[in-house]
Amino acid sequence: MKDLLRFTTAGSVDDGKSTLIGRLLHDTRGVYEDQLESVRKASRDSNAEGFDLSLITDGLRAEREQAITIDVAYRYFQTPRRKFIIADTPGHEQYTRNMATGASTASLAVILLDARHGVLPQSRRHAYIAALLGIRKLAVAVNKMDLVDFSRDAFERIRDEFGAVAAKLEVEEPFFVPVSARDGDNVARRGARTPWYQGPSLLEYLETVEVEPAGSGGPLRFPVQLAIRPHLDFRGYAGQVVSGRLRVGDGVLALPSGLETRVTSLEGQEVCPTVCLADQIDISRGDMLVDPSAPPAVGREFAATLIWMAAEPLRPDAAYLLKHTTRQVCADVRSVRRVMDMQTLDFGPAAELKLNDIAEVEIETHHPIFFDPYKKNRATGSFILIDMISNRTVAAGMILGPDTRVPRRNPVAPPRTLVSVPEFVAPSHRGLTVWFTGLSASGKTTLCRAVHERLAARGCRLELLDGDTVRKHLSKGLGFSREDRDENIRRIGFVAGLLTRNGVIALAAAISPYRAVRDEVRASIGDFVEVYVNAPLEVCEGRDPKGLYRKARAGQLPAFTGIDDPYEPPLNPEVECRTDRETLEECIAKVLGAIDRALER
Amino acid sequence: MSSDNSHLRTLEAESIYILREVAAEFARPALLYSIGKDSSVLLRLAQKAFHPARPPFPLLHVDTTFKFREMIEFRDRTAREAGLELIVHTHPAAAEGANPFKLGTQKCCQLLKTGALLQAIAQYGIDAAIGGARREEEKSRAKERVYSFRDAYGQWDPKDQRPELWNLYNGRIDKGESIRAFPLSNWTELDVWEYIALERIPVVPLYFAKPRRMLLRGELLIPLDYDVPPAPGDRTETVLCRMRSLGCTYCTGAIRSAADTLPKIIEELRGFRRSERENRVIDHDQEGSMELKKREGYF
Repeated sequence: MKDLLRFTTAGSVDDGKSTLIGRLLHDTRGVYEDQLESVRKASRDSNAEGFDLSLITDGLRAEREQAITIDVAYRYFQTPRRKFIIADTPGHEQYTRNMATGASTASLAVILLDARHGVLPQSRRHAYIAALLGIRKLAVAVNKMDLVDFSRDAFERIRDEFGAVAAKLEVEEPFFVPVSARDGDNVARRGARTPWYQGPSLLEYLETVEVEPAGSGGPLRFPVQLAIRPHLDFRGYAGQVVSGRLRVGDGVLALPSGLETRVTSLEGQEVCPTVCLADQIDISRGDMLVDPSAPPAVGREFAATLIWMAAEPLRPDAAYLLKHTTRQVCADVRSVRRVMDMQTLDFGPAAELKLNDIAEVEIETHHPIFFDPYKKNRATGSFILIDMISNRTVAAGMILGPDTRVPRRNPVAPPRTLVSVPEFVAPSHRGLTVWFTGLSASGKTTLCRAVHERLAARGCRLELLDGDTVRKHLSKGLGFSREDRDENIRRIGFVAGLLTRNGVIALAAAISPYRAVRDEVRASIGDFVEVYVNAPLEVCEGRDPKGLYRKARAGQLPAFTGIDDPYEPPLNPEVECRTDRETLEECIAKVLGAIDRALER
Repeated sequence: MSSDNSHLRTLEAESIYILREVAAEFARPALLYSIGKDSSVLLRLAQKAFHPARPPFPLLHVDTTFKFREMIEFRDRTAREAGLELIVHTHPAAAEGANPFKLGTQKCCQLLKTGALLQAIAQYGIDAAIGGARREEEKSRAKERVYSFRDAYGQWDPKDQRPELWNLYNGRIDKGESIRAFPLSNWTELDVWEYIALERIPVVPLYFAKPRRMLLRGELLIPLDYDVPPAPGDRTETVLCRMRSLGCTYCTGAIRSAADTLPKIIEELRGFRRSERENRVIDHDQEGSMELKKREGYF
């Protein structure tokens, strides 16, 4: 079986990366003699000593003149077992952008370390970027062993040091090999000068390492590229199976229409087929066929890791084009949460986003996209940003998950942020209303947001209706009389009911002091979990984060619940949380347990 | 499908994906059809990509008028059988007697290939030209993008290319600008021949060995299709030979070979120690000459 392995290479300047690749190509006969002759000729021209293998790989005139590699170059060689594609990226200061590019299509990274210098800060960054781009396999070539007399100690010291770095990343246990790229030891063949090394050569490892074929795991995702309609009797959808399997007879869910249908035939290529469906559904480029039992998230708001690739920094007020699978939509980078400090590899506060910065951001698209976290699915978790004026690709992004932070950047946002109903909600779980009731400052909003975050991490479709926010929009103008309070609760209940009916988990947090109207809402929705967020009045009054109790005591807030207006506790709530005695974590666990039970009913 | 060919199926899927992206994202794409083995593979992939519909773009051939007769016959038959529109464009200078002997290969190529291609792109309003170039062919191509941006003058700037990640290609252009799309970027010469054998794709008979009358000049075997100005030491002989790559007659040398079937060609290729472009006179005039040509708008 002959298959394809794509790998990327990373090394600091002068670690000998070009020489290693030159050696691999040379020893696998991936470079022809006439090309070698021109290398020999160029070696003489550029005053390099003897025969410089790195010149096989440094292709462009500017590179040869400056003796550097300026961009990503792709190399090819094969052995009887495998065909290899190398994404060769340079090690100098522009490496973030270039290495990310090379790593985006690779399933393995070869990291070079100089045996004399060991693990440099740059080496840690290379490993970090490879892991960030989803590479789980690292092969570490400790190069220039000839310059340390093939010392076993030197090799093992570097191995342990780098092993500690890798242990902190989401990568498998790396493969380590001592090599001399210049002389060829342990590159294509094992060398006699490292008798203490029992493992395979780098090439033997690359030939035999198991890598998952791209897009094999996970539920079905089939982004549609275009409709094929040669005549009236044929209507098919051409696209790529980026994950999962697609077979005749399978049920599929079409997004964004939300209609379920069945595959009647598959034409053409196995991975890039043309699909015919049982029902006439309006499907076009940018739509997606997915596994109905495990659909992706559908939404306009998500958090992502962004690598900024343009010389001009991010403009917070600009709209960018976001290209995700076969879909292209307008998008705003709503906020930059934090930026990676490439010296320490820790996230720090964000000032701006400039070339080669890596940051966590919140993005809002103008139309929904169908996405999975990048860690689960590289194809449906990745995107690029394009500047609409210059047409340049300015950033590459990896989706972390749905955006869980509420309220938004602007607390008095237009109504759409109050109830941001996605155009379609895939019914992977039923709808449900989770109602948090309790005194002011009892901890409703804190608990509600924490639960929201946990459910979002599971990929649930969610909406959060917070009493304070609702009063700025949906219930604007209503006061705090009993009638107005009941009206406020009915409105929240009405919206929560709509969401529930459409498969969303609606989380409502409101004091909702009166039992009668709460029960009325429960009856009208049906799928309802009541969470009594209970803390004694004196505890709540002691917390008083907004100073409301103080104002009420001073008579400035008439009819304040708990002071001069009653709070009627639920008689049979599904969950009761004593926020004065239980930790937040305990409360979250109780609420999630109740939600799971309700969804299983 | 044989599991031995899983690398070919992976490459095939990638190329089909790229061809469809170009068709979906551009108003007027065209497939640069140069009649060689790479073009033959490209055309087959395009047919698969849109099956059972026809590829939604025409074939464009830039004819320097120095092509082999077998190539022109093959081109016309192929377009007819595929049911595709064929645009043939020739630079007016060809009719005025421009040729490689008079101009030198560099200038001839600049005029009759690069110049003619840019004319055709402008004349037909082509916003995406799909080509069969492969990164493995030549050093400067190794840095080429799948979607290669060209400015309004058709120029390539290797130092200022758009980053290209995953399979998310940026095809945004302004009026007059264009994209060269390269679906075969990740194929090697051996992949191409193995795929031709696997899919039984017809190719120009010049690729197969047979005894041919050739002009011998040093190590070079030059076809006699057009009059070549004589040089001292020239001889004419019947030689068992074949073409490894196809360009203009004068600029494409033949190689001595007995490989007259696909398995023999593949076998021969596995043992080759020299690159396919070696017999191309044009790449060797100057160190880095392919890069210079590409900057000017060459494929």
